[in-house]
Amino acid sequence: MAKVPGLLKGLGVTLGTMVETVTKGANTVQYPHEKETPPIRARGVIALHEGNCTSCMLCARSCPDWCIYIEGHKELAPPRRAGGKPRQVNKLDRFDIDYALCMYCGICVEVCPFDALFWSPEYEYSEPRIADLLHDKAKLGEWMETVPEAPDLEAGAEKKGKK
Amino acid sequence: MLGLIASIPYWAQSLLRVLGGIVAVLLPAGTIVYVFLFKMMSFMQSRLGPMEAGPFGSLQLFAEVGKWLQKEDLYPERADKFIFKIAPLIVLSSTFLLVAVVPFGPDAWFTNFEAGVFYALAVSSVSVLGILIAGWASANKYSLLGGLRAAGQLIAYELPMVLAVIGVVIQAGTMNLQQIVVAQNAGSIFGWDGLGNPYILTQFIGFIIFMIAVQAELTQTPFDMPIAESELVSGYMTEYSGFRFLIFFIGEFATAGVFALIASILFLGGWGVPFSWFGWTTIDSIDNWMNVVGPLIMFTKMMLLVFVIMWVRFSYPRFREDQLQRFAWKVLIPLSLVNIMATSVLKVAF
Repeated sequence: MAKVPGLLKGLGVTLGTMVETVTKGANTVQYPHEKETPPIRARGVIALHEGNCTSCMLCARSCPDWCIYIEGHKELAPPRRAGGKPRQVNKLDRFDIDYALCMYCGICVEVCPFDALFWSPEYEYSEPRIADLLHDKAKLGEWMETVPEAPDLEAGAEKKGKK
Repeated sequence: MLGLIASIPYWAQSLLRVLGGIVAVLLPAGTIVYVFLFKMMSFMQSRLGPMEAGPFGSLQLFAEVGKWLQKEDLYPERADKFIFKIAPLIVLSSTFLLVAVVPFGPDAWFTNFEAGVFYALAVSSVSVLGILIAGWASANKYSLLGGLRAAGQLIAYELPMVLAVIGVVIQAGTMNLQQIVVAQNAGSIFGWDGLGNPYILTQFIGFIIFMIAVQAELTQTPFDMPIAESELVSGYMTEYSGFRFLIFFIGEFATAGVFALIASILFLGGWGVPFSWFGWTTIDSIDNWMNVVGPLIMFTKMMLLVFVIMWVRFSYPRFREDQLQRFAWKVLIPLSLVNIMATSVLKVAF
């Protein structure tokens, strides 16, 4: 009998939630009709800023799933100053991420030394065919438009890149 | 009385009663699944439930039934095929046999047994057989364990249920469900007959015990040890798919509706309104329109009781097997025996 007040309280919680849902609406949203904005740092999809990539392969090697495919070649670029030696640059031929394998750990984004990879909160890119989940360089580049501005750092935190 | 019904030939009466039985089983089952399982449970979890099929998801049930009917009728290789296939039908037939004895109005009944209470309680335990052989024939240890747990639980809670009803039978002085309804609505509380005398007032302990036992008989959640999905997959239903699973599913919710109907007859005055409102005295003086209004009153009371059953289901976690058995044998049965003694003493005293 000592448990009866607690049992009644439990019934009250569910009834209260029901009344709240009917009068004030549910906590959920009806997904295809209305969409929640994901948080700014949500791990939706990885975007590639191709200009920054040096095809150093650090991301591909650190990927636990081996879902990043990189191919590149070396090219000679004109010298910076007149009379100098031509520079050697790495050109990116292929940069694919297989989202059928990706587990969204974000190690590639962390490990990239040149800020070529970014998280985008975009999440609606499911495909009827699993092979279509392999996003190539062009498609990864398109995701760059959806990458939000980085939020301000906390007060006292050091800004990246400024020494 | 009988002005409306007696003019219909016997074969048409029988046909009407068979159709009425099907409606009385399937309509409450569908309503309960939509209103409570789909909607009320969702609201209690702060979500909306099915919203796409029809307005507010009201056609979701048809979508679900269509899905189940399309599925293959699978059975395990080592299953006892005949037994495996008839088990869900036995469970559902228990529901149909149970509804046969429920009166919905002065003339709107399927059969009018003298020992209706006895019949209802006896027939309700037929479903144990179906569940037990479903568990046995599946050739699956989860199913077998679920079936055995169900058998142990259903037999344990049958007793407090029977004993709780005995209080009502003593007070009404009859086992005929129709006369129990009449006794409540023609009764009076200390000479005041504005409400009749619904037995929920005098038999409140019996009502509580009966509802707890119903909860256990239906294997609804605080008592859903037989199908405990975290340990037994789905108990005796593990190996069932397609329309046989659908029959188990209909059986579960139709039985909830029928038990709620029986509880409303025993404790809430059934189809009747207090007879003093319209100056009726006996069952023969009741106007014919009660045959139409009576089923609606029954349906309202059923929804009310099923609301309580489902509310409890969605609120509480599951009992452990030993807690469940101890609760039946050490709490409910002694309490119902005390209730019977108190009722008998008071019946003799007044």
